[in-house]
Amino acid sequence: MSSPAIRIAGVTKRFGAVQALAGVDLEVARGEFFGLLGPNGAGKTTLISALAGLVRPDDGRLEVMGHDVQADYRAARRSLGVVPQELVFDPFFTVRETLALQAGYFGIRDADPWIDEILENLDLTSKARVNMRALSGGMKRRVLVAQALVHRPQVIVLDEPTAGVDVELRQGLWQFVRRLNRDGHTIVLTTHYLEEAESLCGRIAMMKQGRIVALDTTANLLDRVPGHALRLRLGNGARLPEGLAVCAREEAGGMVSFDLAACDELEAILRSLREAGVRVEDMELGRPDLEQVFVQVMRGA
Amino acid sequence: MNGFRTLFYKETLRFWKVGFQTVAAPVLTAMLYLLIFAHVLEGRVQVYEAVSYTGFLVPGLVMMSVLQNAFANSSSSLIQSKVTGNIIFVLLPPLSYREFFAAYVLASVVRGLVVGAGVLVVTLWFVRLPWASPLWILAFAVLGGAILGALGVIAGIWSEKFDQLSAFQNFLIMPLTFLSGVFYSIHSLPQFWQEVSHYNPVFYLIDGFRYGFLGVSDVPPLRSLAVAATCLAVLSAFTLWMLKRGYKLRH
Repeated sequence: MSSPAIRIAGVTKRFGAVQALAGVDLEVARGEFFGLLGPNGAGKTTLISALAGLVRPDDGRLEVMGHDVQADYRAARRSLGVVPQELVFDPFFTVRETLALQAGYFGIRDADPWIDEILENLDLTSKARVNMRALSGGMKRRVLVAQALVHRPQVIVLDEPTAGVDVELRQGLWQFVRRLNRDGHTIVLTTHYLEEAESLCGRIAMMKQGRIVALDTTANLLDRVPGHALRLRLGNGARLPEGLAVCAREEAGGMVSFDLAACDELEAILRSLREAGVRVEDMELGRPDLEQVFVQVMRGA
Repeated sequence: MNGFRTLFYKETLRFWKVGFQTVAAPVLTAMLYLLIFAHVLEGRVQVYEAVSYTGFLVPGLVMMSVLQNAFANSSSSLIQSKVTGNIIFVLLPPLSYREFFAAYVLASVVRGLVVGAGVLVVTLWFVRLPWASPLWILAFAVLGGAILGALGVIAGIWSEKFDQLSAFQNFLIMPLTFLSGVFYSIHSLPQFWQEVSHYNPVFYLIDGFRYGFLGVSDVPPLRSLAVAATCLAVLSAFTLWMLKRGYKLRH
């Protein structure tokens, strides 16, 4: 049986008084699109750094594609591509030089065709000869993604890759990352944009204070919050019939809202409004979203 | 290309791209020292028989340039990478700590040799040197460059801010190089300072290097070579130990 893409067992790390990781166990299977969520300071970046060998854990083991990140660091690092959170670059070099050097550090010869392909995919071809200093923030972000891919790693970790990135680039980036995932790469993503995680990730772990407090498929996590939220704006001066008023919440802007366990409850509400002669001016039906789950998990943990 | 070769190439390319600042500027500085000291002291100071003061000064200046620039190369590269955060690019790949060390130190040696050669070429207009034994010249230049390159790695990793690095430079490297007999023979010093000078490893680097040009020196060149080799061994061992532990690089 092949090893998982990532195996993390009993990892702890303390920085002075701060317990950054308080015993993390996690496995990510090959080919997954995995989300790692949590508030700032939850330990996401420390966990990624430990996986990349940038931080040495106090205890526990980490493996990438079955290779221990300490004992077998060469194989582990060859299997892993990391897009760091900070927008870092080396101002001495052009985009192409940056990528050629990065490939060279991994011992790759003749990286040019692959570099051309990455540049093309990330829409960087026209910037290949431009010095890193002269690039906009979004462009620098793309180069960071390209740098993480030069050695064709099987596992790609993106640490908040869309922070401060415009919509167009974000969509282009996700399209590209989705394709990498379809091609068999395992993707691990941390982000503060929960709607991104919801639409991309098949499975999600939520971290708080150095621990994983929720770990499940995205679908199962979404099932944790009650069905749908119905919001209504009623016609002038109209009041809810008594049967409905007890389960409704008044909201700002004259809206009332209901939590529906299932969609068929909607029919019952609309019928009793019709029977009471109440006119509905506006109606919104919200899907349960990851943000609600996230808030609930973080409160509970 | 393997990882070591790439990192070495990158460290060399880095200084070469800003050659005006990393090569031309130190050559000009050495020229100014030469013009001023030779102008003031030529004919007044005679260190070795049959060697003019300028002839005495030039090898010292060349070696001082080698040493200072070797130190500057590794230390400034590391501190810049750390402060800007791009050090991550060399920490993520599968480079061993030995490769890391060798690449930074070797690039420092190259920078030292390039600047040293530049100073030498320019000073050839001013003085004819006997070139007594070129192999000694090369041996001391490479050893000296490596020693200061390793010190630069230590300083670059230890420093967290630019002012800490400049303190290292101003309070350790500068006194060691200036008080090493570049501008004078230590035999002209009072007994006490002569003895102190013998504890300065840079003195042996300058003295041995000068022997290669002039065929005369304050201490036998073999002893200088032994001191230099020991220094390099100790500093390398210490630097490798730091890198292996991941000191300030891998928390």
